[in-house]
Amino acid sequence: MIRPSIQARHALARLTLPVMVVASFGLMLVGKVDTILVERARIAVYDASAPIYAALARPLGDMNKTVVEIVGLWGLRDENARLRDENERLRRWQSIGLTLDAENQRLKAALRWIPDPEASYVTARVVADAGGVYAKAVLLSVGPNHGLRKGQIALDERGLVGRITEVGTRTARVLLITDMNSRVPVILEGSRSRAILAGTNGPWPRLLYWSEGTVPKEGERVVTSAEADAFPANLPVGTVRYNANGIPEVEPDAQLRALDIVRVFDYGLNGFAAPEVTARSTQGHH
Amino acid sequence: MALSDRIPGVRPRLTVGRRLDIVWRHAFPGTTSFLLMLVSLAPFGLWGQAALLPTVALTCVWFWSLFRPAAMAPPVVFLIGLLLDLLGFLPPGVGALTMLTTHGIARWLRRFLARQGFTVVWLIFITVACGIAAMNWALVSLLTFSLVPVGPVLFQAGLAAAMYPAVAIPLMFAHRSIADPDQA
Repeated sequence: MIRPSIQARHALARLTLPVMVVASFGLMLVGKVDTILVERARIAVYDASAPIYAALARPLGDMNKTVVEIVGLWGLRDENARLRDENERLRRWQSIGLTLDAENQRLKAALRWIPDPEASYVTARVVADAGGVYAKAVLLSVGPNHGLRKGQIALDERGLVGRITEVGTRTARVLLITDMNSRVPVILEGSRSRAILAGTNGPWPRLLYWSEGTVPKEGERVVTSAEADAFPANLPVGTVRYNANGIPEVEPDAQLRALDIVRVFDYGLNGFAAPEVTARSTQGHH
Repeated sequence: MALSDRIPGVRPRLTVGRRLDIVWRHAFPGTTSFLLMLVSLAPFGLWGQAALLPTVALTCVWFWSLFRPAAMAPPVVFLIGLLLDLLGFLPPGVGALTMLTTHGIARWLRRFLARQGFTVVWLIFITVACGIAAMNWALVSLLTFSLVPVGPVLFQAGLAAAMYPAVAIPLMFAHRSIADPDQA
């Protein structure tokens, strides 16, 4: 092996930093020109690291649960009283719900209603936060041959979580409804008026473009609309709340801060592709 | 260059085990930085956890560039920046450039900071973290043609400032023991 002289080695050592700086500018250029390549690289890195997260998910989940339980021991009596109250209330609602459901079935039968097709779904564990600083997203760990596609819809046990934006061989990324780039067509259940739910990267996405005269009411339920064929109708999204500045926001039903298991539904929709991610070119080519 | 090359004396023969030990000690800063970055994304369920990844990357690059620049060479810094871009969903190049800038500042201030105590190094680090956060925000805004919110960046800088001792103190112990090539 040829060993360069000490002077030459020093000169080379001084040069590496500028060369690397130039390389990072090159990287920026590549990122602007070829978004698909960057997306592939990202999902490949996540695919490679997914086994680590999948292995960590269970013990960490157990640990979190233990902490919650220990904290819960504190207010056990109050919690019990509250739950008994709530149970009472929910039992009343259950009977109302069952009556309405039966009535609904009868009415649909009388109208010869064509039921919506049952959607198939895949259940997946959330293994990591995949948002970075400027986005709100989570990473799902899925088995091989999972059959997930971009644009499919993720729900937890309570409500809408978001949509799939990237799919790898073992992982998929879900952009949450709270992300800055997320736009969901919704219906305000009370007035049946349409609006757009826009994420802000904060915990409460905002309502935009509701029709004149039907102002969103505090506590009103918000569900998805089938407009634009991106979502099926009537998935639970959240409830309206007004913030301190009088701007209507939505308190999501889904527990977006503590996602554990989500179901990804295939409704066979071919509407708009899932939104592009913030910290990337805004007009990715397809 | 390890101490053994500079000071004459009798020392153990270079067996395979000892060679591996030396290589490991040289690779320690880069390897642990990568691992810490990967672990920072694990589902701990912490609020604001997304800011942990840039914090860990920044602290590792700053600390090793200052105390062991030979092991945290620009190509290693570049790779850490690239991983930060890919894992942190930043536009590619932003993480690489900010990490290289951190490395450059640390190398430039090295002679001065080597004589200072922990608190001074920490205070300078806070200034650097704020500057890097501002640079990060400006680059992301420029590359996405949009004004991204300032909040997360401020939070990131604050977290980096607050978390510095938690990351740097274990690294300092490692630097003096298991990562020191002279003790191989």
